Amino acid sequence: MPKTFFIDTSRCTACRGCQVACKEWHQHKAVPTKQTGTHQNPPDFTPFNFKIVRFSEHKIDGQVKWLFFPDQCRHCLVPPCKDAADAYVPGAIVLDEPSGAVLYTDLTKKLTIDQAQEVHDVCPYNIPVRDRDSGLLTKCDWCIDRQQAGMLPACVKTCCTGTMNFGERDDMLALAQRTLAKVKERHPQAQLLDEEYLRVVYLVTEPRNLYHEYAERRVPNRGPMSRQAFLAMLARPVTRMRG
Amino acid sequence: MTQHWIDIKNADVVLIMGSNAAEHHPISFKWVLKAKDAGATVIHVDPKFSRTSARSDFHVPLRSGTDIAFLGGMMKYILEKELYFKDYVRDYTNASFIVSEGFSFKDGLFSGYDPATRTYDRKTWVFDKDENGVVLKDKTYQHPRCVFQLLKKHYDRYDVGTVSAITGVSKENLLKVWDAVAATGKPDKAATMMYALGWTQHSVGVQNIRCAGIIQLLLGNVGVAGGGINALRGEPNVQGSTDHALLYDSLPGYNPVPVAAWATLADYLKANTPASKDTKSVNWWQNRPKYVVSLLKSWYGDAATAENEFGYGWVPKIEPNVEYASLFMFDKMYKGKIKGGFIYGHNPAMSMPNSHKIRKALTNLDWLVIGEAHETETCAFWRQPGFDPKNVKTEVFMLPSCQRGEKDGTTSNSGRWHMWHYKGYEPMGVSKPMGWMVVEITKRVKALYEKEGGAFPAPIQNLDWYKEYDADLVARKINGQFTRDVTIGDKQYKKGDQVPAFPMLAADGSTTSMCWVYAGSYGPGGNLTKRRDHAQTPMQAKIGLYPNYSWAWPVNRRIIYNRASVDVNGKPFNPAKAVIAWEDGKWVGDVPDGPAAPMADPKGVYPFIMQTEGHGQLFGPGRVDGPFPEHYEPAETPVTVNPFSAQMSNPCMKVAESDMDALAKPGDPRFPIVLTTYSMTEHWCGGGDTRNTPPLLEAEPQLYIEISQELAKEKGIKNGDPVVIESLRGKVEAIAMVTVRMTPLQVAGKTLHLVGMPFCFGWTTPGVGDATNRLTVSVADPNTRIPEYKACLVNLRKADKVTELYR
Repeated sequence: MPKTFFIDTSRCTACRGCQVACKEWHQHKAVPTKQTGTHQNPPDFTPFNFKIVRFSEHKIDGQVKWLFFPDQCRHCLVPPCKDAADAYVPGAIVLDEPSGAVLYTDLTKKLTIDQAQEVHDVCPYNIPVRDRDSGLLTKCDWCIDRQQAGMLPACVKTCCTGTMNFGERDDMLALAQRTLAKVKERHPQAQLLDEEYLRVVYLVTEPRNLYHEYAERRVPNRGPMSRQAFLAMLARPVTRMRG
Repeated sequence: MTQHWIDIKNADVVLIMGSNAAEHHPISFKWVLKAKDAGATVIHVDPKFSRTSARSDFHVPLRSGTDIAFLGGMMKYILEKELYFKDYVRDYTNASFIVSEGFSFKDGLFSGYDPATRTYDRKTWVFDKDENGVVLKDKTYQHPRCVFQLLKKHYDRYDVGTVSAITGVSKENLLKVWDAVAATGKPDKAATMMYALGWTQHSVGVQNIRCAGIIQLLLGNVGVAGGGINALRGEPNVQGSTDHALLYDSLPGYNPVPVAAWATLADYLKANTPASKDTKSVNWWQNRPKYVVSLLKSWYGDAATAENEFGYGWVPKIEPNVEYASLFMFDKMYKGKIKGGFIYGHNPAMSMPNSHKIRKALTNLDWLVIGEAHETETCAFWRQPGFDPKNVKTEVFMLPSCQRGEKDGTTSNSGRWHMWHYKGYEPMGVSKPMGWMVVEITKRVKALYEKEGGAFPAPIQNLDWYKEYDADLVARKINGQFTRDVTIGDKQYKKGDQVPAFPMLAADGSTTSMCWVYAGSYGPGGNLTKRRDHAQTPMQAKIGLYPNYSWAWPVNRRIIYNRASVDVNGKPFNPAKAVIAWEDGKWVGDVPDGPAAPMADPKGVYPFIMQTEGHGQLFGPGRVDGPFPEHYEPAETPVTVNPFSAQMSNPCMKVAESDMDALAKPGDPRFPIVLTTYSMTEHWCGGGDTRNTPPLLEAEPQLYIEISQELAKEKGIKNGDPVVIESLRGKVEAIAMVTVRMTPLQVAGKTLHLVGMPFCFGWTTPGVGDATNRLTVSVADPNTRIPEYKACLVNLRKADKVTELYR
């Protein structure tokens, strides 16, 4: 049965255990970073960072809000990146039916730089990153190897607060709804993000645009995407979106 | 912790103060969030809005170093509004005890102060006793010298206006916190207090924690589920190393280190074995002779006999009025009085205050041996920036240590759980466990003494030493063994048998134990630290108590002082979260503080068994700087008047004095900003391990300083700008993190800025910055000698160029 992640940011302490566990499991090398006036590092996804915790801070009506968003690929039910890649290199991006994972294969190397950029551009969440050295297009791989061995994804396994959850889709959606009802008591603006379309479902307590640019679904360079536009994009063959 | 991690979930109020629990003890938040799920209010009181604050119901910023004012105000609030738990306070605390007529408190000083030595003669801090030697009590609190009245009088000065003006906390915020915590003074409510170095690292560190003790006793929150005073220990084995006498002033198991005046074992035991004439007081420390003799016996083996006082004469004695703590050890080293030494798993060139002095001090050594997993700033001090190795005479020996995953052994966590861990893989290269290093070095030293003799060879020659390092054998020796066949009650034990628990330890040489509190961890039933069994009774399940999972000291008791969780008849104050209960003539639930019947029974005992008189100490005569906590300013303070007394700083605080130890005067206009230092999730202490762990360095790559938007504007600093921070002792470069999470405070009618910096970045990792502790002061709490890292005075400016940080 296809699975789903449920990420409850109302519990996240930004300990970054998930970010580090992801690196360790994948044996990803560290990338050079600098302090630029924020705790968030690296600043964005890299070919060696499939999971990063995003930090954003606000003072609203005298109240400090420090928001944490453990960001990763959403594993869309109908992934636009796959449509885009299929137009050029079938098999570069596959949907693993049993698990629901959206997986980037070695064939992503065959995408040209422009094609890879196009695949990136159709992602409403700004996830894929092309590794300039290997030519691979990279992102969260669902820890598919761990799961096939009966283990939880590394980020879920390491999380000590209950932020990261993983399981059968029905169970996760039910957990998400239950949690939302409870969280709304203290945070009336809490919501789930695009849960009908994604296998990685976030619960946020504040308006989604406060977290980071791509906590909203977006058409890059065009700003936030309406729900209708989002649905239309999921429904349209990707080739018609070009130009 | 009086409790354990899981127990946090039982709290109705979680007060996190002097701790950034979510960042420094991430696992704690698993349980804080469970408490919150169940409806608890989570409060964070801290100068900085941190990841802990983000998950709390509310955050209250206060000026670093003013916790006693904040908590003293809370005490006044609780007492005036009669929010304390009356039965508990009357029956279980020393509220009713009558204090000696000679005791006084005037203008910031308690009776007995000697300004010449900056110490108290504590002879008036005692209780009046009747003709039988039993403490006089007034359960109605009418007596003007009863503890209750003295406490009330002491904190009468801590009104909300004065507290607000000195702490920088708004009256509204003060009352919000006081109300929430005081609401737990009911039998079925509990507040937990979680603290760490934010309370301890002050010149009044111990008294900060005393405040927590007093408040929790007033509210009846000690011994109950979801209550307690919880020191969050950093590395899992901070607890274990304290139990095993990491500090200079204790022998393993919280026995005092001998001083020269106690020349014989009899002197030592007489001075340190309390007596109570009150038959209901268990006065557990009356057993000290058994624990000390068993300790000596485990050190010296067959050589320790009754005739030679079990080798007491071989134990080093310290001199009175000489400072031995690490702060002063480095002071002596700086002054050329120490020639060489061993440093294991400690990076003082980063983590001790006033780093310039510490680093200079190391150059005065002839030799230095270091056991470390990485080359730290201490290992490499001889080639640090600005030093020419040719001019450093010290010969440094680096012994590569393996990491925890590369060796077997135990750690004791915050909740006193003693847990075995297994070697996961072979040590890298030639690295070895530190235990192996100590065993092998001592073997060779012993052989040399045997061959060559020496000034005083007996202590070394008579050591009952290991043939080789074996973690399992050490664990067995810590538990203790019988040295001969003995019969206790109707049970017989053979020579060499493991001691079942500390009640079987004896003062006659028939037992050994390297740390009595651990007796029972490895008894005849084997190594209980390896247990991972989740079995529990339904009563235990209600409060998340797992008696078969690992082993907790003492005697597998999970919540200490649990006899105070029940009324005098043994009925739980909060039946829904009962810790223990007296049922059908026996205790059920947790392991009780002794098997005696409930207090109301003729054979019953008082609950606070470790206290001589069996009662929780609102009046605490055991601390050197006062029986009640009193607000004093940090050694370096931005204010010029202490509103509570004429005493500016703790009259007993310990100060290392040298030409490199300048202190700014109160309100020094050159240094108007308060600096507080701290750790973070991603790096551990001085950073020696974590800066060498690439994914962690990637996440937190360089030294930063968190400053408010208001201060940044005042100084013309933008987020991400490099800045120079300066104190009277040094300069440090850091990147400005301009943030809404730091707030200017209104203190004594003026706007005061606080800034905060981590101390984990050092020069051996290129371009990350260097020791923040170049700014901090060589001043310490008089009870523990822990340095005042949390408050000193600095100034800062935008840097034109930086050399310590890659840009």
